[in-house]
Amino acid sequence: MNLLEIKKLKMDFGKNADALRAVDGVSLTIGAGETVCLVGESGCGKTVTALSIARLVPSPPANYVGGEILLNGQDVLKMSNSQLREIRGGVVSYVFQEPGASLNPVFRIGNQIRESLKLHRPEKATNEEVIRLLRLVGIPAPESRIKNYPFEMSGGMQQRVMIAMALASEPKLLVADEPTTALDVTIQAQILELLHGLKQRLGMAILLITHNLGIVGDMADRVAVMYAGQIVELSPAKELLRRPLHPYTKALMASVPKLGRATRGEATDEPAHEDARTTRLQAIPGNVPRIGNFPPGCRFAPRCPIARPECSQKIPELVEVEPDRFVRCPFWKNE
Amino acid sequence: METATPISTAVTKATLSPWQLFWQRLKRRRIAMFGGVILIVLYLVALFAGFIAPYSYQRMDNNGFFHPPTWPRLKGFHLVVPRYEELPGAYHYRALRNDTKLIHFFVRGDEYKLFGLIPATIHLFGTGDANYPVYLLGADQFGRDEFSRLLYGSQISLSIGIIGILLSFSFGMIIGGISGYFSGWTDSFIMRFCELIMSIPALYLIISLRATFPPGMSSAQVYLMIVIILSFIGWASMARVIRGMALSLREQQFVLAARALGQRHLKIIVRHVLPNTFSYVIVAATLSVPYYILGEVVLSFLGVGIQEPNASWGNMLTAAQNTEYLRNFPWLLAPGAAIFITVLAFNFLGDGLRDAADTKSL
Repeated sequence: MNLLEIKKLKMDFGKNADALRAVDGVSLTIGAGETVCLVGESGCGKTVTALSIARLVPSPPANYVGGEILLNGQDVLKMSNSQLREIRGGVVSYVFQEPGASLNPVFRIGNQIRESLKLHRPEKATNEEVIRLLRLVGIPAPESRIKNYPFEMSGGMQQRVMIAMALASEPKLLVADEPTTALDVTIQAQILELLHGLKQRLGMAILLITHNLGIVGDMADRVAVMYAGQIVELSPAKELLRRPLHPYTKALMASVPKLGRATRGEATDEPAHEDARTTRLQAIPGNVPRIGNFPPGCRFAPRCPIARPECSQKIPELVEVEPDRFVRCPFWKNE
Repeated sequence: METATPISTAVTKATLSPWQLFWQRLKRRRIAMFGGVILIVLYLVALFAGFIAPYSYQRMDNNGFFHPPTWPRLKGFHLVVPRYEELPGAYHYRALRNDTKLIHFFVRGDEYKLFGLIPATIHLFGTGDANYPVYLLGADQFGRDEFSRLLYGSQISLSIGIIGILLSFSFGMIIGGISGYFSGWTDSFIMRFCELIMSIPALYLIISLRATFPPGMSSAQVYLMIVIILSFIGWASMARVIRGMALSLREQQFVLAARALGQRHLKIIVRHVLPNTFSYVIVAATLSVPYYILGEVVLSFLGVGIQEPNASWGNMLTAAQNTEYLRNFPWLLAPGAAIFITVLAFNFLGDGLRDAADTKSL
């Protein structure tokens, strides 16, 4: 049994005539100890999907119209409030994008971590355990740090505290929603390295949400690419990075700068300098269609370089085209 | 347990907590500190009222109706007060310069209870002789020492503000927090109810509520009921402001983070939403204490508040209603001055607190 099984999840914002479909038939599984990356541009439903795992999207306005979310075999969508409180933190913990905003500014960080302990492991709600957790996430001198207020710490340190809070309840699944987006690059690498190390040591699964394909290769076992509320490609990470199949994935990859592939004005000090290896960083034309305003047929068609007239006729299915590789595009073989 | 690589080994020096920063900014505001010191003195005096007051609040001097203030004079190295001789006519007195009596400190006098518990008879000062009274602020129409009554009255008038604030603010914060946090129809319902309460003219509401009191209540009960009535009016406006803050705080990520930990809604309100409103609440509380003090004054002035012979600043001022009295015995206005000073001190302090709580004002 998989730790998490999302089956054909459909979620609207609003009801009846005003309903806007934010998540449209998303299916995703995460096994115990597995790392899955959820990739996509802003506004394509990644965060809403991830928050749905613990029913954290306030409803109303959220309205689940179909599918199920099985966590340890139990459907989260049918759980009572008290059951939900059990799994929040107990089974699935969250780390959010802005560490500074995720910590309550008026409490010392030690108290905030202890709050997490009190909820799920009350017998361990001690200073020693808090210090152990802070040490686990690599905070130096944790004995003195527990008395700090969040504003006295740097962004990277705050994110480590958040991770410690999330780990305090010993979850099976850690959902990290763009945990490094607000941090600078060197700290990003440290936080990702920390998550990776913790995952291996504690054996928990990670659902990592990002819009940065650059961090996928280091972390993920599998990658799900989302576009406009749907998964358009689901594939083992290494193969996806080596050979993306869906045109959207390809476009995303082309928009990530890479070391060794110098891009004009990006990796060289002299912007005017051009040679054969210099290629322009590719942007995807247009924007993600707004929720409720999705184009008919394939939602990526208006921005797709290989779109054909028939793409706008009917929404393509997510098909397993190679072992373990799913693509929502009938023309994936075309270059 | 193996540990991840620390990102830096520097240990920061103990930095200032938000409260320490707040205190530092407050200390720089002279007027606020001045107001604060005055309030501390006033509250200390109220606490030790029985000891500092030379007489009990209900001791009547049959030879001292409308006795003028007697100011001690220095004679040699001693303070003395003269004896006053009543002249025929409407309460005229004349000091007898040569007939004086020494003022002693720590003299025995009327019985009182220190802090309302410990029976005692020692007073800070006095002559120990009923014929040589020390009426620092004169006496009222029953020959009771105005100064002593002012001190006893301060116990009621000053504490009513604090207790009233505690009641109405805790109530207003919880209601407002619930309203803003849950929003939706809960919010609409609670807010309409608040508006209902706020739309009733406070004075009529107070008086009509007062009319529901059963007769023959003890003064402690009346006091309690007055506090409750004043708080009942006061919580609504507080709830509205807190509700507005809660509406914005509920969207903060730390609230989502707390929910993601499996925290209960009520605990999130109490632990995460409300503490973030404290810097506002402390300021607002300081600035609204005068409202409660004045509320008691109004009630007592109208004769529906603290009942005689108990003293409060409000019912002492009742004696000053009469213009005839005011013209001849202006010392009856002393409680007015006390109210003035207290309200002003609270406003000074509140203004300073507001500036200090505003982190942008450095």
